[in-house]
Amino acid sequence: MNWEVVIGLEIHTQLSTKSKLFSGAAVGFGAEPNTQTTLVDLGMPGALPVFNKEALRMAVMFGHAINAEIGMSSVFARKNYFYPDLPKGYQTSQMDHPIVGKGFLDVMLEDGTTSRVGITRAHLEEDAGKSLHEDFQGMTGIDLNRSSTPLLEIVSEPDIRSAKEAVAYVKMIHSIVTYLGICDGNMAEGSMRCDINLSLRPKGQQEYGTRTEIKNVNSFRFIEKAIYTEIERQADILEDGGRIIQETRLYDPEKNETRSMRSKEDANDYRYFPCPDLLPVVLTQEYVDNIKATLPELPSQKAARFQSEHALSEYDANVLSSSRAMADYFEVANGVVKDPKLAANWVMGELSKLLNQEQLDIANSPVNAQAFGELLIRIKDNTINGKTAKDVFQAMWNGEGSADAIIEAKGLKQVTDTGAIEAMIQTILDANAAQVEQYRAADEDKQKKMIGFFVGQVMKASQGKANPGLVNPILAKMLKG
Amino acid sequence: MSIDKQDVQKIAHLARLALTEADADQYQHSLSSVLSLVEQMQSVDTDGIEPLSNPLEMTQRLREDIVTEENRRDAFLANAPQTEAGLFLVPKVID
Repeated sequence: MNWEVVIGLEIHTQLSTKSKLFSGAAVGFGAEPNTQTTLVDLGMPGALPVFNKEALRMAVMFGHAINAEIGMSSVFARKNYFYPDLPKGYQTSQMDHPIVGKGFLDVMLEDGTTSRVGITRAHLEEDAGKSLHEDFQGMTGIDLNRSSTPLLEIVSEPDIRSAKEAVAYVKMIHSIVTYLGICDGNMAEGSMRCDINLSLRPKGQQEYGTRTEIKNVNSFRFIEKAIYTEIERQADILEDGGRIIQETRLYDPEKNETRSMRSKEDANDYRYFPCPDLLPVVLTQEYVDNIKATLPELPSQKAARFQSEHALSEYDANVLSSSRAMADYFEVANGVVKDPKLAANWVMGELSKLLNQEQLDIANSPVNAQAFGELLIRIKDNTINGKTAKDVFQAMWNGEGSADAIIEAKGLKQVTDTGAIEAMIQTILDANAAQVEQYRAADEDKQKKMIGFFVGQVMKASQGKANPGLVNPILAKMLKG
Repeated sequence: MSIDKQDVQKIAHLARLALTEADADQYQHSLSSVLSLVEQMQSVDTDGIEPLSNPLEMTQRLREDIVTEENRRDAFLANAPQTEAGLFLVPKVID
């Protein structure tokens, strides 16, 4: 049977406020357990929540970025369930009146096509604490630092039809929230977590199949793998004539499988009701418009500008604009060298290569964008060739100084003096008389292959400093005899 | 409108309350009469009226995003029956 996969995603993004959603406790990853809590976060009776202004601003900003209707009057609701890391017995969330309503994103796929993914809503809610199941006298340890940390839950329509499309969508959300500066995007630390709703239906069928929900997947790679394995699992069951049970599942990256989390009865009986401790959040049009005016250039707009302003290819423009830090780096470097294609090639090439090797973020690059631009100038003005530039870059990376200082100290300046190059070539030809004879006897096609040997010898003799643009024509001429 | 005993036990379970048979009988009766009152109210025509989320005609006040609270872990943990390494300890939960 030919199956079509139907996917909807819920992405929890942690908003990068200084204090919590409903209390004045600090927000931060990695603090000592329970040192960032207040009576509100502990769910003490009588403690009342007060809503964080900045979390509201960030949510509205996101709404603008996905072309959404903003909830001018939004209401907090209680989602009731019992778990030890949620001491109040309910999570304060939003149900009927979320802060961000219907919107959409146009997602660029690998093959260059665009697909529109609808966003149902995005609502504000508080995070729960953490349960630590290591052995504490046979008990579970509870850390409430994360309790009441602000989350924006972004819920997509079931518009996604493949694992690749799902990943492209999540990457785009990631890129938008980091551009907006409303989330640090650190997936390893849980700043972005994804729940995947997935079902299969025979191709051509309108009706949706029964879906499962895979909880808390926290990397792009795991999202893709979890989807592939869940598609396979569901297809196997359906093809054997079985039925899918609607349930919550967990993805295990080590075994690369999903498994049933708990099909605990009443699991979804959350009994939502408006939170009596919080009043409706009412916005003015002026407030909403003012936030819209502060929106930075978004990834898709930046990519379009890189193409029109810098004449970059669509591919280059998309890669460079995928993260704000990379786009900024490129723009600073290009501002120095004023050669967008050269800057783009080097940012996406050598720089990205070394960053990947050392698993560094571009923001933490040991070579800053200004210094990088200065290196590119020396390539552009032919002081050094591309090969030498890689060595200079490596030296800069190792902290040996600026491009000019390294070129000077190591005597790497390219030889562009025609006379000097001719002399060098003559020495090579004299030393390799037999090869010269063979070359002269060969036909044109063969010569083209053979000339590489001489170029190599010249570059070796010059220690890579001869300008290849000059060497090639002079060599060809001198070989003719 | 009336609810049966199974409903009562389910509601009790959701609220993590343990009810005896006698309790369940009593709650079945009293909850049913509350629901009868609700049923009576249902007869009012509410077409076109937005559900009320809060009886106060006021809107939410906002707090500046400033850290105003200090670490008071020792005082908070002092209230807990069992703690270790700065954590509250609870009966083991496997999930």
